[in-house]
Amino acid sequence: MKQLALEALDSALRPGVTYADVRIVESRDRELGTKDGKPSQVSSDESAGIGIRVLADGCWGFAATDDLTRAGIQSAAALAVDIAHSSALAKKHDVTLAPETRHEATWISPCQIDPFSISVEEQLALLTAIDDELRRTPGVTLAQTSMVFHRNRQVFVSSLGSIIDQTRTFSGAGFEAYCFKDDQIQKRSYPNSFGGQHQLKGYELIHQLDLLKHAPRVAEEAVALHSADHCPEGLFDLILDGSQLGLQVHESIGHPIELDRVLGSEANYAGMSFLTLDKLNHLRYGSDLVNAVCDARIEHGPGMGTFAFDDEGVPAQSADIIRNGQFVGYMTSRETAAAIGEKRSNGTMRATSWARLPLIRMTNVSLLPGEQTLDEVFAGVSHAIYMETNRSWSIDDKRYNFQFGCEIAWEIKDGQRVRMLKNPTYSGITTEFWNACSAVANRDNWVLWGVPNCGKGQPEQVIGTGHGASPSRFHNIKVGAAYGG
Amino acid sequence: MAASSDGVMLSQDECRRLFGAVQQAAASLGASDVEALFGAHCAALTRFANNTIHQNVAEQDRWLSVRVIVDRRTARATTNRLDADSIRGAVEQALALARSSTPNSDLLPLPEPSLISLTKRFDEITAAATPAHRGQAVAEAIRIVESAGQTAAGIYSTGQSIEAIFNSRGVSAWHAETMAQFSITAMAGDSSGWAKASAVSHSAIDPAALARSASEKARLSNNPQEIAAGRYTVILEPAAVLDLVGQMFGDFSATSVNDSRSFLTDRLGTKLFGDNIDISDDVAHPLQAGVPFDGEGVPRRKLMLVDGGVPRELAYSRSSARRAGVEPTGHGFPLPNEVGEAPLNIVIAGGSTSVDEMISSTERGVLVTRLWYIREVEPYDKIMTGMTRDGTFFIEDGRVTRGLRNFRFNQGIIELLCHVEALSPAVRASGEETFDMVVPAMKVANFNFTEVTRF
Repeated sequence: MKQLALEALDSALRPGVTYADVRIVESRDRELGTKDGKPSQVSSDESAGIGIRVLADGCWGFAATDDLTRAGIQSAAALAVDIAHSSALAKKHDVTLAPETRHEATWISPCQIDPFSISVEEQLALLTAIDDELRRTPGVTLAQTSMVFHRNRQVFVSSLGSIIDQTRTFSGAGFEAYCFKDDQIQKRSYPNSFGGQHQLKGYELIHQLDLLKHAPRVAEEAVALHSADHCPEGLFDLILDGSQLGLQVHESIGHPIELDRVLGSEANYAGMSFLTLDKLNHLRYGSDLVNAVCDARIEHGPGMGTFAFDDEGVPAQSADIIRNGQFVGYMTSRETAAAIGEKRSNGTMRATSWARLPLIRMTNVSLLPGEQTLDEVFAGVSHAIYMETNRSWSIDDKRYNFQFGCEIAWEIKDGQRVRMLKNPTYSGITTEFWNACSAVANRDNWVLWGVPNCGKGQPEQVIGTGHGASPSRFHNIKVGAAYGG
Repeated sequence: MAASSDGVMLSQDECRRLFGAVQQAAASLGASDVEALFGAHCAALTRFANNTIHQNVAEQDRWLSVRVIVDRRTARATTNRLDADSIRGAVEQALALARSSTPNSDLLPLPEPSLISLTKRFDEITAAATPAHRGQAVAEAIRIVESAGQTAAGIYSTGQSIEAIFNSRGVSAWHAETMAQFSITAMAGDSSGWAKASAVSHSAIDPAALARSASEKARLSNNPQEIAAGRYTVILEPAAVLDLVGQMFGDFSATSVNDSRSFLTDRLGTKLFGDNIDISDDVAHPLQAGVPFDGEGVPRRKLMLVDGGVPRELAYSRSSARRAGVEPTGHGFPLPNEVGEAPLNIVIAGGSTSVDEMISSTERGVLVTRLWYIREVEPYDKIMTGMTRDGTFFIEDGRVTRGLRNFRFNQGIIELLCHVEALSPAVRASGEETFDMVVPAMKVANFNFTEVTRF
């Protein structure tokens, strides 16, 4: 792969080209699932190809192909250069890149148990056992389980002289129980909705999730929701579980701090950001308890955004985003860092595959743990609503106004759950919400959650991101507006 | 990039030859029931923002996906390497997965061939569009927006794709098409406007006209005012109808109904919507695009999904059709899958009221260009939430009077389709929240805006 990548780089370095990088990626996937006790997904996928990015005439060009013959690569390199020249038809200024040094490295993500070495029979047997357990609860009308594994090896070379070989292995699993009754569809999921938990781990993740143990509770809750009271509408102290808070971080911190959005690159599709440049180091993003980082290093944890180098050859870093409530940093690329006068990119450029251009993507954007125990988070107010597991999520295109729905909630009095509530939703304005943060649970309760389905870019790229979070409490939050009117 | 002599990147003959290799590999491994899906695309996209081209890309990929059936077990293996060794490897992998799986009593044998009516949706000029062609069109669109003192962002994409299916019982279907899309957002300080179009041929798209439309919306929504959230009469332009109403069509899946997770569970054949709502699924509609056969090679047939406000027909795969004792409709996804099927060529019948006439007949209401980030809040009432975006206007006494700050809505689709007061002629619409459809603009009473954002 390295030799092929270097040949492609040579081919791309034509007259007028001031920078080029090449990524060759080989990927492998396995996807398994059951539905009501029968296999619903048994598939594998492999893909290989090359993406060539060049800077010529001060403009970008990118071409990708599955044709890894010498002729195919030369053709793609020529096309990338041709495209860059055509970009100059509407050019305002030459692209400038923040400096980066040459790196030569090989990195393989930690993987205790190779998920592809575990037999499909064993994996399907576990899913089937979970499925059977879910359907043992009377009232469950549909049970679904899933497991996914992904490995990719990427060789990156650039005209800076970098040669970086990275192999990463991801695993994910989860299950859902549905109950349809009396004109209502209720659902419970574990360990998270929309495919469960996903991390940069091997099959050890599946063991750690202890899926089968949670199946009876999840099934019983799906059925019990039908007889629960509807979540009331009003202003309440709100406690969110870690998985829901992880998505809240994703939508209302992670996306707004993408500097390409701030600078307008996504204006036609994903939108822009309320975090205009004047707010850096001036905006009170949250309360003193709110500390957030963007951290791609393995030291932060095995997240979906963990790597050794990003897709333009910048080493993984940890960047402070919110420090004691103050907004202090964006996620940057070499181009956007240069645009705002930063000396270096903080390394967040990622592409979903060899076929797509690297963009600024969340790595692991995490809310750092606080100091309170879980009991203290719950007992800190006399009356609250606790919501768990995302059901719906929506936020405006500048990331001010959001609304989330959860699968289940409980009314909390003096730290105790007193009644189950169905159809909970909450909404607000991003900075008002984070400034209302009144408690963040400690590291004992902190989990690095995976969001496998983050979309951005045109053509769209769906990628996985990581979000560390622990259960947290917020004061005086609008609950239930979704069902108002 | 690489295309065969007829201009298509993976011709029918090439697919047939590759399927021969698949069958040969399968036979040598003791498998006789084998299906192969082929796909290929060659696409390019020129992206602009801040009045300059900032991303400009092209990609080419081809893939083969092999499914085998062994003792009522099935599995799929996909590869984008089409050499002999990789083809054999994919067949081996599919067989190994299938043999590791458990029997599925719902699994049917591979289908026999059916007659498929092919529709030409391949425009050679669009397939051959160059970066320079897109660059020149984008430069002109930027010039129009910039000359109004505004900032442009958007995309212009062109490309071709093929999909094909072959199986060991003789199914042999191949479809090629081209697609062009142009989308533009014009930003004017505190306001913005948006326009988008898609078509099989780029000659059917007028980037300059779309730029003028987006720019005019940005101008008209200058200095947007906040009005209180609440129930309003709204006029949803076609893209807004598409992105909101389009969210319900996954529920017209027989599998979804059988799973009791569709809002049509226990409601098929009952009056749910207004008399003026007629919706079909019609792959042959002249404004539609897409493949005329499904993931098992069954020809898609036209469905009357909603007739006079009554949900009538569902989409059926072979499996769900057998369960229900009906004929498959040709809407199944490739197997194995958990969702079954869905209609993908939606046509909502239009009326005769223009958007201008809708505005002039509205005493107090809101004109909506586009909706954004739409998600399901409640599945059985089909309540959806989302935001307005890029051109939201107040209507007073029959005319647009000012731009408005954007709203969050929480609106049941069933309720919405009971309150449609007027429909425009249907057009091919393209948004960002679901796939392209043929839809009208709609004037809707009692639309539920629940919050207002900051811009």
